[in-house]
Amino acid sequence: MHKLLTDSPGMEMLLLGNEAIARGALEAGLSFATCYPGTPSSEIPEQFFRISQETDLCFEYSTNEKVALEVGAGAAVSGLRTMVTMKHVGLNVAADPLMTLAYSGVKAGMVIVTADDPYLFSSQNEQDNRYYARLSGLPMLEPTNTQEMKDITKMAFELSEELELPVLLRTTTRLNHVRGKVTLGELQPIKTKGEFKKNPFHFVAIPAVSRKLHKLLLEKFDQASEKSENWPENKIIGSGKWGIVTNGVSFNYVSDAVSDLGIQDQVSILKAGFSWPLPKGLIKQFLEQVDKVLVVEELEPIMENDLRAIAQELGILKSIKGKGVGKLSRLFEYDPGMVRDAIAKYFEVPYEPPKTVDLSGIPELPNRPPNLCPGCPHRATYHAVKEVCGEDAIHPTDIGCYTLGVLPPISMADYLICMGSSVSSSCGFAEATDKKVVSFIGDSTFFHSGITGLVNAVHNNHKFTLVILDNGTTAMTGHQPHPGVDTTPMGVQRTQIDLEELVRGCGVKDVHVVKPFKVKKTKEAVKAAMEYDGISVIISREICPLFAKAIGKARKAKPFHVNPDKCKNHRDCINKIACPAMYLEGEQVMINQNLCIGCAVCAQICPENAILPSK
Amino acid sequence: MDTKRVVFVGVGGQGNLLASRLLGEAALSEGIPAVVSEIHGMAQRGGIVESAVLLGNVSSPIVSDGEADVLVGFEPVETLRALKKCNQETLVITNTHPLPPFTVSVGQGTYPPVDETLDLLQTKIKRVIALDGDAMAAQVGNPLSLNMVMLGALIGSGAIPIDADAMKKTIQQSTKKAFLESNLKAFDLGYESAKAQ
Repeated sequence: MHKLLTDSPGMEMLLLGNEAIARGALEAGLSFATCYPGTPSSEIPEQFFRISQETDLCFEYSTNEKVALEVGAGAAVSGLRTMVTMKHVGLNVAADPLMTLAYSGVKAGMVIVTADDPYLFSSQNEQDNRYYARLSGLPMLEPTNTQEMKDITKMAFELSEELELPVLLRTTTRLNHVRGKVTLGELQPIKTKGEFKKNPFHFVAIPAVSRKLHKLLLEKFDQASEKSENWPENKIIGSGKWGIVTNGVSFNYVSDAVSDLGIQDQVSILKAGFSWPLPKGLIKQFLEQVDKVLVVEELEPIMENDLRAIAQELGILKSIKGKGVGKLSRLFEYDPGMVRDAIAKYFEVPYEPPKTVDLSGIPELPNRPPNLCPGCPHRATYHAVKEVCGEDAIHPTDIGCYTLGVLPPISMADYLICMGSSVSSSCGFAEATDKKVVSFIGDSTFFHSGITGLVNAVHNNHKFTLVILDNGTTAMTGHQPHPGVDTTPMGVQRTQIDLEELVRGCGVKDVHVVKPFKVKKTKEAVKAAMEYDGISVIISREICPLFAKAIGKARKAKPFHVNPDKCKNHRDCINKIACPAMYLEGEQVMINQNLCIGCAVCAQICPENAILPSK
Repeated sequence: MDTKRVVFVGVGGQGNLLASRLLGEAALSEGIPAVVSEIHGMAQRGGIVESAVLLGNVSSPIVSDGEADVLVGFEPVETLRALKKCNQETLVITNTHPLPPFTVSVGQGTYPPVDETLDLLQTKIKRVIALDGDAMAAQVGNPLSLNMVMLGALIGSGAIPIDADAMKKTIQQSTKKAFLESNLKAFDLGYESAKAQ
């Protein structure tokens, strides 16, 4: 049995933040869940995927976040409690349905998890999704620790149902990926079927309907404001004259700093757990009881500006500061020392920060960037394309493990903005420059948002080559399925969509399917595709070796070794493909027999044929 | 109890996330408040993996520069790279077995000699426990048990209020039978090595 199905109220467990969210949803009677995976949110749906195999929970990995939200909307207006999870940039993809779903609302509780990523541990930007609450008019809740992630998730469903509005649950990486003690509550039964009561003049968002709905949203906003005022996790802690306003993970840094500095009696902390709409009454009380205010919030100065506006409205002239105090900035994440230092500075508390060990004399350490795995098929594909087009072509790329191809010596990435941008930006590069354009996109990313770009390329007669790196899984985020995957080994039955048929169906005439470990044939296909006068697509198909291992389908090939008698140290193997199974012993290239999976790509490029299968 | 901030660093595949999780589990079973923070995502791709376990009366999940009470380094260069987390009083426990990154093979950097690395650590930090964790893991016939060696050394150092019995009980509960014996042996080797230093 999945550990989150343990029905022992009162029991304590060490749970990952994302597990706590999943548990909270189950304690709220979650019946339907959708997502597109994305760090740091991916472990939430991972739980649902496994739980759906043991229970009546209806769960799917949707093709992208917009689809996930729309699928979820259908369930939530039919009366099933629904959760939709995504990373922060995923909400950009889902922003279109979000804005109007806020108008028509839901019938059963719907919680949308947006997992923000300050410091960009694994994202293309560090946007602050608290703005989405303000943009859409939807309520936003922000837990501060693992226990709250469970409890507030449960409360979020109830709030959503009372307001008939989706509720945004915002987390950050340091909450999603922290383990802490959680006391379990009672599990609720899963509802298997809902009922949709037709009401087209509410649910069909034509202008005449939406004019009414916008007004309704504003009324609900007022109700939400009242809820925020009385929300248990919106509270003032302490009664001192020094005011600190904080939210999310920063609440912990503030609490620890106040206790480290021994200033509990001087401080009042305003904890914003229901952070939109803000509790104006509570803020008024807070502003009246303190002399000055420090706002400790990661990323954008949102509450800082809101507080200034509220103070102005109330005619309160007190210093309200946030960004710029000490090292508090709009960039990256905060840490306990930084917050302690800022509090000490702002309230003029004598404080000597701990002294970091003397770092002088440490030699320059070799970098250890993440790397494509030994035997990763992406490396083989990149090599073939680079051999054919040299340094001159432009290579738009996309989001996945293969983005690591930006690093030398592979260096096969020139442009990336977001999921799917490889295909559409290629259209622009091909028209705007005289260069050859060969772009890369993963299979999951292609299904997520590459298809529309490809249709555009065909229709508008753009000329470039798109390489679809088909490794049969969504590798980067932990091997989730996607529409092109045979899901049988994962224990679920889904219809597999044939990538080649799909590409041809988009109108592409020149389609090549290659096995990237066959170096010569792959290069021939690249050459042919690049010579084609129009849009050409290469599907480079080889299963992700990590995924293959996980489903018991690992290659049974022998590892390779370098014969030192034949090797003349050209080092093409190391300099061109950079497989981490290779290392130098003195001046001799060696292959780690435990890491090599026998893809044989290096053996095919060695000019001396010095790389041979081991016995 | 006093707050104890333990930072683990290593390379993807060395199992430091599991070590920090088990330490958190052991603390929970002993009634010691614990927060464990991890960074996922790149762990499987040979990059640097850092985690932290904070024990006692503290709610922040991460450790600021200069504020670690213990640094457990699974790889000597990574120990050195993480030194900014330490102050003079920090206990540093490090594996001495090098795992040179790929950048060294392609001539983009030099791997410093391990004995020089250890000497440098000794000059900067009051107490350093150094052990060849990979050799000990090999000795018990399970190369993947490096994380158990390092956990053993951490408990053996006496720096945190969790004893060997409690830690071993947690290891027992969360290890597959096939690896249990070698894991416990690896733990003991690390434990004894730290005790003796």
